[in-house]
Amino acid sequence: MIDFEAVSVELGDTSVLEDVSLRIPEGTFVALVGPNGAGKTTLLRTCNGLVSPATGAVRVDGRHVMSASPREIGRLVATVPQETAAVFDFDVSAFVAMGRTPHRSRFETADDADRTAVESALERTDTARFADRSVTELSGGERQRVVFARALAQETPVLLLDEPTASLDINHQRRTLALARELVAAGKTVVAAIHDLDLAARFCDRIALLSGGTVLADGPPDAVLTADRIESAFGVRTAVGTNPATGSLSVTPLSGEHAGEHRVHVVGHGTGAARTIGRLAELGVRVSAGVVPAGDVAAVTAEAVAREVVTAPPFEPVSDDRFAAAADLVRRADAVVVAGTLGAPNRRLADVPERTFALRDAPDGHSSRPLATERELLDVLGRSAPAEPTAR
Amino acid sequence: MVLRRTVAWSGALCGLLFAVVVVSAALGYAAIGPLEVAYVLLNEVRVPAIGAGSLVWFRPFGFDVATTTELIVTRIRLPRIVLGAIVGFALALAGAVMQGFFRNPMADPSIIGVSSGAAVGAVAFIVLPVSVPFGRATFAFVGALVAAFAVYAIATEGGQTPVATLLLAGVALQTFLGAAISFLLLNAGDSLETAVYWLMGHLHNSTWGRVRVALPVVLALFVVLLAYARDLNVLLLGEDDAHTLGIDVERTKRILLATSSIVTAAAVSVAGVIGFVGLIVPHMMRLVVGPDHRILLPTSALAGAVFLVATDTVARSGPTEVPVGIVTAALGAPFFLYLLRQREVHSL
Repeated sequence: MIDFEAVSVELGDTSVLEDVSLRIPEGTFVALVGPNGAGKTTLLRTCNGLVSPATGAVRVDGRHVMSASPREIGRLVATVPQETAAVFDFDVSAFVAMGRTPHRSRFETADDADRTAVESALERTDTARFADRSVTELSGGERQRVVFARALAQETPVLLLDEPTASLDINHQRRTLALARELVAAGKTVVAAIHDLDLAARFCDRIALLSGGTVLADGPPDAVLTADRIESAFGVRTAVGTNPATGSLSVTPLSGEHAGEHRVHVVGHGTGAARTIGRLAELGVRVSAGVVPAGDVAAVTAEAVAREVVTAPPFEPVSDDRFAAAADLVRRADAVVVAGTLGAPNRRLADVPERTFALRDAPDGHSSRPLATERELLDVLGRSAPAEPTAR
Repeated sequence: MVLRRTVAWSGALCGLLFAVVVVSAALGYAAIGPLEVAYVLLNEVRVPAIGAGSLVWFRPFGFDVATTTELIVTRIRLPRIVLGAIVGFALALAGAVMQGFFRNPMADPSIIGVSSGAAVGAVAFIVLPVSVPFGRATFAFVGALVAAFAVYAIATEGGQTPVATLLLAGVALQTFLGAAISFLLLNAGDSLETAVYWLMGHLHNSTWGRVRVALPVVLALFVVLLAYARDLNVLLLGEDDAHTLGIDVERTKRILLATSSIVTAAAVSVAGVIGFVGLIVPHMMRLVVGPDHRILLPTSALAGAVFLVATDTVARSGPTEVPVGIVTAALGAPFFLYLLRQREVHSL
């Protein structure tokens, strides 16, 4: 439906897009993700003719965007921009009716098709309630939904969304993207620039990861969103896991500060352990964990943020090879932290007195050095850092 | 819906305009009753009909009115009233277009230098020893269009005319032309008074000739602007949004600018620089009918006609006649400030 053929764009003297080639088939929901300034908005703007490529071509439904008339493009592509000016005092239904502009000739008045399109657009975006209010009186999020309604009323095969969820509450974020999903199911092609990687992974068929004006990767969410790719695009370490509620990818950014290459093994399970695993990862430590019962909250967290995790089926004795795997992690760790609930096998694992620390809320009864916060551990490790003197 | 509201409002304003015209024609040195004026006006109504194998103009009414009364109304008062209506119509129309175009409530018809250009043309004609029939109006008209085109050309780069650049170029050129006018006035000598009087804007010396020149221009371009009213609505959303809604933005801007500049030039060249009509009338109508230009343009134009006929009546009713430009500003500014304080006027 949309073909980008070696598109390069220059704005002023800076090159914004370089040789981008991308093919978006009909009936797909594609998310453009990438850091600020990656060129997502510019790429969208080449599809509706607002930006003309220096070289290369963009075709929508086989038509060359730059040589088609604005009206022709207006019947093919609808856009929900990041921001819409609000210096006018139109009421919502008049505003949404402007979406019909490319379908009407100069002196035609609204016909039934126009009215139906406007009504259904208001209905579907949950904005019919304030159809008679002035656009200037709406909140930012309400206005964004009204702009979405206008784009729906345009009834185009292609819909471009630039940060459609940026100022929406969580309910309307989900509804907006679910609506986009419905439209895709009905045959529309939707391209959205989205910052929220979790939402992108959850709702989109494909993700194109942009960085520095080029496409780093393009494909299904779980193929594109790997921790390494995200780090090279965004420059931030992330924990890529699975959201237990939706089953889709979940990306959690971790701290930008690098605590060096300290390896810390967390022993224990339950919420206490999960919290410690998360905080240590946030502090930039390479965390490993185990043995944790599979499905435990600590296991879920560890799978998202830790490099190495040893899990074992719950309610069963830990098998010898699982225990050995965990013991190996303990051996390689610079420190062992005891947190959360401790079972018998973990008690044995934590029995490395010189390197074992226990958080204040950890269970008593073993010989370990107390620790007030996870950050304190960094200080201890930093002072005695054996392997990485240059760390921090 | 929109069409019905447009017709209703326009009909009401046409009625009001007729009433104001009748009252205005009744006022003056010679006392004439409003009823008599109405008779004269009705007597002037002509209906085309086929008679004796050819087209003839048939007068359906034949009220008995004194010849002097008829002469005073049709030869002296009506030309001025009709010209005032046309000028008010044109200025308010162009003002509404410019405010929408610039998405700026401060915009008025002369914002891109039209009035200043016209003033330079007219003052140059008055001051310089040249003599051509209709010379002053022609000079003013040409000056207006040259100024508007200059501003447009300065602000255009690579086929794009950013509105903010246009605005700044307009302000800068107006300042420059202001200097030119001052210089011309310094060297005006005996014609200084005529020049200053022209600059204040007045409808003195109105003739049917001027009406015949201004009316077709204004009416034809009014139709063009009406055709672009919907595009102007969409332009209010911003140029990017307008483009994605299928509007050829640069072309539409060119047409709107050219059309409203010519409309303004036509008004200014026959009546001088009459301020405030183009600024406040569109604001007042926006309060009443809303921001939709399909209604706003015709109603603003008609309200402008009513406003200028009424203020000109005031201007010529005092012990000594004052230029109507003084009256529009003196009545308009306080009213506008009142609206501003009431927070009625705050946006487009």
